[in-house]
Amino acid sequence: MSTSTDFETGHSGHTTAFLTDSTLCIGCKACEVACKEWNGVSADGFDWSGFSYDNTGHVGHSTWRHVKFVEGDPQPGFGGNSGETISWEFSSDVCKHCEVAGCLEACPTGAITRMEFGAVYVQPDICNGCSYCVVACPFGVVQKNVEDGRAFKCTFCSDRQRVGLEPACAKACPTQSIKFGEINELRNEAQDRLQELRARGIEDATVYDPQDTSVGGIHSIFLVRGDPRTYNLPPKPEVPTIYLKDGWRSAGIAAGMMVVAGLAAFLSTPSKNGKRLEGAAR
Amino acid sequence: MRDPARREHTPDAAREARLVSIRREAEKKGRLVEQGVRPKGAPFPKASPETGYYGIPLLKEPQWTWEIPVYFFVGGAAGAAALIGALAKVTGKDEGLARDARLVAAGGGILSTGLLISDLGRPERFLNMLRVFKIQSPMSVGAWVLALFGSSAGAAAFAQVVDDRLKIGPVRVLGNVAEGFSAAMGLPLATYTGVLIGATAIPAWNHNVKTLPIHFGMSGLGAGVSVLELMGHDDSPALNVLGIGASAVESYEGVQLEFKRDSVNRPLKHGLTGWTTRLGSVLAGPVPLALRIIASASGSRRLRRAAAWSSIAGSILTRVGWIYAGHESARDWRIPLQIKETPSTPELTSRRDIPQMRAG
Repeated sequence: MSTSTDFETGHSGHTTAFLTDSTLCIGCKACEVACKEWNGVSADGFDWSGFSYDNTGHVGHSTWRHVKFVEGDPQPGFGGNSGETISWEFSSDVCKHCEVAGCLEACPTGAITRMEFGAVYVQPDICNGCSYCVVACPFGVVQKNVEDGRAFKCTFCSDRQRVGLEPACAKACPTQSIKFGEINELRNEAQDRLQELRARGIEDATVYDPQDTSVGGIHSIFLVRGDPRTYNLPPKPEVPTIYLKDGWRSAGIAAGMMVVAGLAAFLSTPSKNGKRLEGAAR
Repeated sequence: MRDPARREHTPDAAREARLVSIRREAEKKGRLVEQGVRPKGAPFPKASPETGYYGIPLLKEPQWTWEIPVYFFVGGAAGAAALIGALAKVTGKDEGLARDARLVAAGGGILSTGLLISDLGRPERFLNMLRVFKIQSPMSVGAWVLALFGSSAGAAAFAQVVDDRLKIGPVRVLGNVAEGFSAAMGLPLATYTGVLIGATAIPAWNHNVKTLPIHFGMSGLGAGVSVLELMGHDDSPALNVLGIGASAVESYEGVQLEFKRDSVNRPLKHGLTGWTTRLGSVLAGPVPLALRIIASASGSRRLRRAAAWSSIAGSILTRVGWIYAGHESARDWRIPLQIKETPSTPELTSRRDIPQMRAG
């Protein structure tokens, strides 16, 4: 795990990732604060959601880290909960930095690029706010700030990673719930942690790392308890480029139909040139 | 508020110390000692595999403005008009129609470009669209197609105007070349919009990716025919035949959609978006089809004009309905979470009460 604070070392040359372990998260939101402070992201306002202690709701253009508050049935003995109160699990959500990223494929300006350590990064000086990435993301992460006009999402602290620093959220996390490091090391660490939790009787611990779908794996792995769907993590996220073949084939058929119909219509009907000339002569 | 161009930040010791102090503060204060106040009997929902995360939408709603469905209509009609004009000319059947088609194509090209630029969050950066060409991005392909279509259709119309007044042979030849090129670009222009919304994460759109380009292409053909008819070509037999063809395919597409019985298509069949889509299908399909068949038997120009207006209205409503059905579809968290609907599944609430859902 890279926890170096030496600015001179530079980028490690590895493909990096987050491992967000919800069994360690205490819901303090230090990651959200650190992210906003480091990246200069504007406030969301003081609005109450009215349905849980989560008043932010989801990641978006002004929330690049978002702590989910999953309230469930009482589970005595877990996390210090008493028998009659609901159980509480927290999980800090973030951009998944997909291996095959829908937003990156969709971006018509080339504003969205892949960084050397694997991050998917929106270059703010190039984005022209076409908002096509918004409908291309299978995780609902990237969003356009309507007032600003451009799309924003987690940068994976590319500016920090380039000089060998861990992202701000990982640095500010007081429980090491947000781990940062080389992707394969973290995948192994996730499996080790899973075995450890299961050995301790936490049978429902799950690693969320969809590698068998068209997104081809993510750079933000999650360790959660229970069904990942409870955390709004889709079981089978797909990159929208898989629909291109069917779409363009259909467009080709449509174009063929238009040409054939057009030719048939003109060739099967009488010429109107003479009539027009008559009209003009009158 | 417009943020200044958000640049990267340079790490320094002070900023690193600040991050450490956030962590220290969280360590001290960020611990829940006891549960907060929870009103007795209040309808607090739970997060679960059956309900998802409190029913908060997983996907983000499309953030396109009203210009986009209008552009889909204008681009479709202009692309079809370029094709109709070129075919009228190549077959030698109707010089007058070819002349007006050039004007419709050029006007539509200019209008389309304007609509697309004004939809951008940063309109002054519209040229960034032509910074790269990405075959895997229908938005990129579409921007290039529109740029090539607009310039060739504009050149063809300009050549027409010049040639009409000055009778310059080379200008006529260049105009014909431009016309042929604009017709070739008009085909993808009228159909790519189906690929554009079909190749997205929005379930109601990608579920129909195999039919959307045909649907939108035929809708564009019907609209192109209708615009030309309303310009005075309501006596062209070829246009009526084309109109019959387009509205027949649109009728077929509408019937196909009605028979699909899956929950993904719900926003296309129910509620305001469903009825808008359905009304668009009827106005672009069976209504003009019937009117045109009667008109071809009776030779009534009034019926042709009525069919043309119906086609145009249907073509606009269809695009509006499909776009806003995508909004509804994005709000339904159950589809990407693969949650089977049971009687206990909560009603689909749009959760507009979430702060960022409003701002977005």
